Amino acid sequence: MDFGIDLGPHASFIISAYAVVTVVVAGLITWLILDGREQERRLADLAARGVKRRSATRT
Amino acid sequence: MQTLTQRLANPTRFMELSASVLPWVVAASAAVIGYGLYLSFFVAPPDYLQGETARIMFIHVPCAWLSMAVYAIIAASSFGLLVFRHPLADVSAKAAVPLGAAFTFLALVTGSLWGRPTWGTYWVWDARLTSVLILFFLYLGLMALRSSIEDESLASKLTAILALVGIVMLPIIKFSVDFGNTLHQPASVIRVGGPTIDQALLTPLLVMAIGFTLMFLAMHLKAMRNEILHRRVRSLQLAEVERAQAAQLAAAE
Repeated sequence: MDFGIDLGPHASFIISAYAVVTVVVAGLITWLILDGREQERRLADLAARGVKRRSATRT
Repeated sequence: MQTLTQRLANPTRFMELSASVLPWVVAASAAVIGYGLYLSFFVAPPDYLQGETARIMFIHVPCAWLSMAVYAIIAASSFGLLVFRHPLADVSAKAAVPLGAAFTFLALVTGSLWGRPTWGTYWVWDARLTSVLILFFLYLGLMALRSSIEDESLASKLTAILALVGIVMLPIIKFSVDFGNTLHQPASVIRVGGPTIDQALLTPLLVMAIGFTLMFLAMHLKAMRNEILHRRVRSLQLAEVERAQAAQLAAAE
């Protein structure tokens, strides 16, 4: 990978460090988004079956 | 008049407030990290001693700071649960644990990748590295303890107690470079007498630290929102089962 700058003889260590952080952070973000969608889908399923929170029933 | 904490104690109000705040925090963290990466690779000069490998510092140090800061948040949330019974305290603690574990893992891995070209080894069993590894295991322990107990109220309390006991790790990590032999450098930013690091490297480091902190804040808010939704789903499923059982009993009579 070429960043347009010379990272010297230890470039592989620098690139590996940034790559690991990118992968883990991307994994966390993906997990958070998918988990949120899954919970919202379950709530929608329950609501469709007539199971609602008391506060939701009031409004 | 309600305090901010009291107003946020209502999960519904928290969901409303976090929904409006979250996009701004996400945008701010992306912008700050983007600017930090530009400074890290295109503005910051190579270190006079370590050369280009010092650029690993710009991600290693924010991850290391967050590994400890997130634990402090978990401990404070645990205190809030055990002492004040704050409704969102356990949500906050539970949501922060996997995030803290991830940042601690990243601090260990990036530190190891920085250590190989700098020290000549990926790992040494010195006080700093070993104490951070113990912190990582503590995070895993918090997750394992919570998932191993079926009674959620009991699991929350026991996890909170373990989190409060584990806070002893924070001063041990902080001062581990001051006692005993270690390859790890002593504190060079947060120290009495001010930073010893050159301004040309300090600025990108602080920008990246702010960006990572904003990113954690966004992740924590999202994880708390997910946990609240998860609890709502669970309580509705229980209510549905109870309603079905009551209907069956009524039909049998």
